[in-house]
Amino acid sequence: MTGSFEPKIVGILCNWCSYAGADLAGTSRLKYPANIHIVRVMCSGRVDPTFVLKAFELGADGVLVSGCRPGDCHYVDGNYKTMRRTPLLENLLRQMGVEPARFRQVWVSASQGEIFARIVEEMVKDLKEIGPYMRQGGEDLA
Amino acid sequence: MTERIGVYVCHCGSNIASVVDVASLAEKAKTWPQVVISRDYKYMCSDPGQEYIKKDIEEYGLSRVVVAACSPRMHESTFRRALEKAGLNGYLLEMANIREHCSWVTTDKQLATQKALNLTRAAVKRVVYHQPIVEREVSVNPATLVVGGGISGIQAALQVAEAGHLVYLVEKEAYIGGHMAQFDKTFPTLDCAACILTPKMVQVGDHPNITLLTSSEVTAVEGYVGNFTVTVREKPRYINPVECTGCGDCVAACVLKDTIPTDFDLGLSKRGAAYIPFPQAVPLRAVIDDKHCLLLNRKKCSMECVKACQRRAINFAQKDKYHTIQVGTIILATGYELFDAAKAPQYGFGRYDNVINGLQFERMTNASGPTQGKIVMKNGEEPKRVAILHCIGSRDANYQRYCSRVCCMSSVKFAHMVKDHTNAEVYEFYIDMRTFGKQYEEFYNRVLEEGVNFIRGKGAEVTKVDGQLVVRAEDTLLGAFREIPVDMVILNTALVPRHDAEHVAQVFGISRSADGFFLESHIKLDPVTTTTDGIYLAGCCQSPKDIPDSVAQGSAAAAQSLSVIATGKVKISPITASVNKELCAGCRICVGLCPFRSIQIDKATGRASINEAVCKGCGTCAAACPSGAITVLHFNDEQILAQIEGVLA
Ligand SMILES: Cc1cc2nc3c(=O)[nH]c(=O)nc-3n(C[C@H](O)[C@H](O)[C@H](O)COP(=O)(O)OP(=O)(O)OC[C@H]3O[C@@H](n4cnc5c(N)ncnc54)[C@H](O)[C@@H]3O)c2cc1C
Ligand code: SF4
Ligand code: SF4
Repeated sequence: MTGSFEPKIVGILCNWCSYAGADLAGTSRLKYPANIHIVRVMCSGRVDPTFVLKAFELGADGVLVSGCRPGDCHYVDGNYKTMRRTPLLENLLRQMGVEPARFRQVWVSASQGEIFARIVEEMVKDLKEIGPYMRQGGEDLA
Repeated sequence: MTERIGVYVCHCGSNIASVVDVASLAEKAKTWPQVVISRDYKYMCSDPGQEYIKKDIEEYGLSRVVVAACSPRMHESTFRRALEKAGLNGYLLEMANIREHCSWVTTDKQLATQKALNLTRAAVKRVVYHQPIVEREVSVNPATLVVGGGISGIQAALQVAEAGHLVYLVEKEAYIGGHMAQFDKTFPTLDCAACILTPKMVQVGDHPNITLLTSSEVTAVEGYVGNFTVTVREKPRYINPVECTGCGDCVAACVLKDTIPTDFDLGLSKRGAAYIPFPQAVPLRAVIDDKHCLLLNRKKCSMECVKACQRRAINFAQKDKYHTIQVGTIILATGYELFDAAKAPQYGFGRYDNVINGLQFERMTNASGPTQGKIVMKNGEEPKRVAILHCIGSRDANYQRYCSRVCCMSSVKFAHMVKDHTNAEVYEFYIDMRTFGKQYEEFYNRVLEEGVNFIRGKGAEVTKVDGQLVVRAEDTLLGAFREIPVDMVILNTALVPRHDAEHVAQVFGISRSADGFFLESHIKLDPVTTTTDGIYLAGCCQSPKDIPDSVAQGSAAAAQSLSVIATGKVKISPITASVNKELCAGCRICVGLCPFRSIQIDKATGRASINEAVCKGCGTCAAACPSGAITVLHFNDEQILAQIEGVLA
């Protein structure tokens, strides 16, 4: 694949755990690739599947959705709703020809700055391997 | 409608500016649609920084503000206030996090600058869709719930009660006091634990403003800061607390007397099914242990306790009681547990007699404990050589990485106690000696003079050679391996989160840090608040600490609670969901999804409606509504999509 390709990733993170976890990665001065752009929502349960579809449509190469670890949701069980929604969305993305590596849904707590940084690293590595989204057959879908 | 947007890029000293080209970012922002002014400044959060925003709002007639700086979790409220001072609604602000999410995690300046640009552009696109929002204010119920009756919970409860407000103190065990009640002497002053704790426990028991609920646990918490509704399950004591005088006649009469290993004495003594764990217990009432009582378990017992009780206080018909409590604030003080030394088998705990842990030693030295204060081996004889091992399960990559903060000092205390009570030689094995507190170094020096053998080197192993306990360790000062035969080994084990900490965190909706203790809002500047408004932390449930620090934190948590109570009103998040009745199809999908049961179908119209007082604005309903009828204030589709578009543009 093209060595210079820098994938653009949209990360939709819940305010209480994952966004705070990303903040912690920052305050701990951990280093991870600059490819991820974080959009904050109050709960991962707020992530409408259309946000993810729209991100791909607008040129994202990957989308990461992250919420509180199961059991730790600030809204009791908003993340369980996310958990149930994810397989449906993954199915839909597959049918649309979006490779599985482009969409990840994870749990990151407010204390897991390191895990957040590692997830971003992994995702960027995977995306660099498979290349930009649209050129990979995205045109056929349009 | 076109907006007039001001963009402010912060240097944060060199925190941002050393990686992100802030000047070019501010320049670039000027070219974006609807941006009328853009500046970069050394410290946006400083007074002059905020002054820029205020002046510009007035001079340039700004209608929206974007601040590219640190995390909104840090300074969103600061900048909202700045807007408000200039007459603009605080929600017409958006922050781009170009520090935590950008300059601090990126080394490449060009990539960092590009990312900061993307994040700021996204904020500009989003802020166009912001709407003014009026914050909701609710009145505060002045009562406080304190969970856990250890020293930190006791301190917090007394302080709130003394200020004239009602306190509910919920304790899981039948008695308050926590771990401190198990000690004989406390470092660094070596004053008697009971002498300083008992009066406080009695005060709690007697205080007109404190309702003490022992044998109780919180099972559910609803509501929000100012107005929590808490459900408490009180397990039966099988004793009528009004009649019981704590005389102990039932304890002496119980047919199981001296057969059940005690929790309080960590198995070093035995009790009956009817018991009072220590003479100063508060409340001083007997309790019947339903796990062991023959009548409660096998429905067969001669009920000697009932016969013995002249007050007719025993009542086997008692059932679980549920209490519903209304409070405005909550203080969690659930404490810690000791690391189970059997998980580090090299130390022989649970395998060899006379290998004990710190709390067992505490009980042994306590005059009202299982050995009446005598330090003795299992055979009843006094040990001649005693080893004290530090850091068992702490500062150890295999168990807990963190320092448990009290073990150096309690080890020094143990050494002193052994010297004080026996003629034994004492060998203390340590990695470092951490005597950081007030009067700690003095205490350490004092014990040094008592002739204790301090050996720098972690105890590696405890074995038995020909029936003799042997401690193996590397003496790093001598640079030699040592094998020291001893009669007794005291393992000073790590302080760990309680086994049910995860469950408790869930019930109260708070987070835990990586090591499992409850998570504070800010490790340095906000150590007693949680990210859930109105819920505070005190004592070892937040991290290991000694009694002085637990007490200080108990007071701090009480002060947080009291300041909310004193204000009488709190602002609660105005972010709530609402239903567009025109679009709602009445499909009910949202109804089942809401974690707070705040959505109902209107009987008359057949459409969904959201109770805003209950809604917490998570937005789960909005994400699921197939008709797109639900919007969430400040996190509506347009705003989120504009931001996504912004980062990708
Ligand atoms: C061996 C040893 C010796 C020590 N010696 C000293 C010393 O000499 N000097 C010193 O300053 N410090 C000493 N410490 C530290 C001291 O024990 C702690 O600082 C102190 O006990 C912390 O108090 P706490 O209230 O936070 O927790 P705890 O004492 O653990 O009390 C917590 C209370 O909460 C209750 N609880 C738990 N969960 C729930 C729940 N879900 N609902 C209701 N109630 C609940 C528990 O039953 C308990 O009563 C020592 C520690 C150890 C291990
Ligand atoms: S239950 Fe009766 S016998 Fe037991 S302590 Fe209370 S008053 Fe005494
Ligand atoms: S946003 Fe919706 S799902 Fe979340 S609390 Fe409010 S009504 Fe319930």
